[in-house]
Formats: sequence, C-alpha cells, structure tokens
Amino acid sequence: MDHESCRTLLEGVSLFAEGEAPPELCAEIERHMAGCEHCRIVVDSLRRTIDLYHRLPQPAMPEKAREKLYKSLDLTEYMK
Amino acid sequence: MTDKASETGLLERIRAGEKKACVECVEIHSPGIYRLALRLMRQEADAEEVVQETFLSAFKGIDRFDGRSDLRTWLYRIAYNAAMMRLRRAGPEEVSVEEAAEPEEGALIPRALMAWKDLPEEELEKAEVREELERAIRDLPEKLRAVFVMRELEHIPTDGTASALGISEDVVKTRLHRARLRLRERLAPYFALPAEEAGGNHGS
Repeated sequence: MDHESCRTLLEGVSLFAEGEAPPELCAEIERHMAGCEHCRIVVDSLRRTIDLYHRLPQPAMPEKAREKLYKSLDLTEYMK
Repeated sequence: MTDKASETGLLERIRAGEKKACVECVEIHSPGIYRLALRLMRQEADAEEVVQETFLSAFKGIDRFDGRSDLRTWLYRIAYNAAMMRLRRAGPEEVSVEEAAEPEEGALIPRALMAWKDLPEEELEKAEVREELERAIRDLPEKLRAVFVMRELEHIPTDGTASALGISEDVVKTRLHRARLRLRERLAPYFALPAEEAGGNHGS
C-alpha cells in the first residue's frame, strides 16, 4: 500500500464504495484496481464495513430509561 | 410523520404547552437520540442523562427553534452538545487525545490487507459480533464518531449532520471517509478470511 497511486485513489475510495464517485474517478479507480490486489481488497472490505453497519441491529432504549425520561419530563401519565 | 407540515403542527402544539405533543415528539425522536447518546457516551447511565437533558432543554427552549433545520437535526445538536459537555466535565481522559496529534496522511493508509469473509445474516444477530461492531465505533476518535453515527447509522443527510455538529459539509464528508477507513482497519482482523481459505488452496 505504498504506491503513490494507491494513496491518491484512497481519497476517493469512500465515494466509490458507495457508488457515488463521478464517472471519471470511477474509471480511474477501476483501472487502478485491475492491477492492484491491495486496493481491490481495501475497496471490498470497505464496502463490507459500510454494509455491516447498515445491517447492524439498532440498540433500543431500555424500558427503565424510558420511564425515567418520561418522569423527568413530567409526562409519566401519558406513558404507553 | 416527520414531514414539514406535521412537524410545524407538532411544534405549535409543543409551544402551546400541550403535553401530548411533547409525548409525540419524545416517541418519534427519543430512540435516535438515545442511540446517538449511547455511542457518544460509552456508559448507558450517561447516555440516559443526555437524553433527558436533551428533551428538557428542547422543550424549555422550543421558542428558540427557528425552523431553519428540521426538528430532528435541532435535537441532535442539543444532544451532541450535552454529550460533549459531559465528556469534558468528566475529565480529559474521557476525550480522545490522539485526535489532535494524529497525522492526517498516516491515518488514511490501509495496513490490514487481508480479504474478508462473507457474513451470513444470522451472524449479525450474535451478541458477540454486534459488540465487536459497537466497540469499534466507541474506539473512534470523538469527532469521527459523531459524524459516523449521524451519517451512517442514523442516516442524517450531510447538510443536517453539518448543521448539528457546527462544521462544514466538506468536513462531514472527510470525517465520514476517515471513520470508515479506520473502522475497516480496526475490524479487519475480526472479519478476515482464515489464512488457508484466503490462499485458495482449500475448499471448492
């Protein structure tokens, strides 16, 4: 990962992984990736990282905390 | 539920002191505020207090809400500021120190260069995997963490995140990019293919 071209491309890799890089940048990154296994791995694992967090189940507020919140706001009587 | 017209209606009712309107606001927005607080604060008890503080000061200062951003963005800003105040009060060790000193360039260069395995859906249900992902978020420097949580996990648009955090949209984009690269680096050992599979000498 010490090639100068890898470093240059890295700045745009996030957009590329999201599919939001402009076409010229996409073409440049694809060209580079074709000949650079390291960058292929980086892009693939970056995509997987983003995907994992999109699929991560979201933590819910514990019921006790919700009760305390309603109490602090003087809304307990409206709690469902 | 969060479109402009119903939000304006809700705000009017909150301003008029209607408690049911406050309840609606809490029901809609507290789950997201809680998740942000939890990921910023590390401790559940602190996160709960940040959520309370957020709604207390939002309802008290509802007249100061000027409608330039949406209500959610405004609440996130209050929550973020409350969380940062708490972290600072708790002492410097609670605030990431590496951030200021971090060389810009160095942080971006990927070092973990192993291929990742496919992760079946049910794996993500495992507490261990979820904890690993949450721990990686908590280990991010505070500034990257706030951007990552808002953009990637709460799906707040770039402009809303910028306005909630009081930074420019370009800074939001840069920080999101850095956060993703850091998380990739941090998670690589955990999600990498075992060496023999990566070599392609085994399996079909």
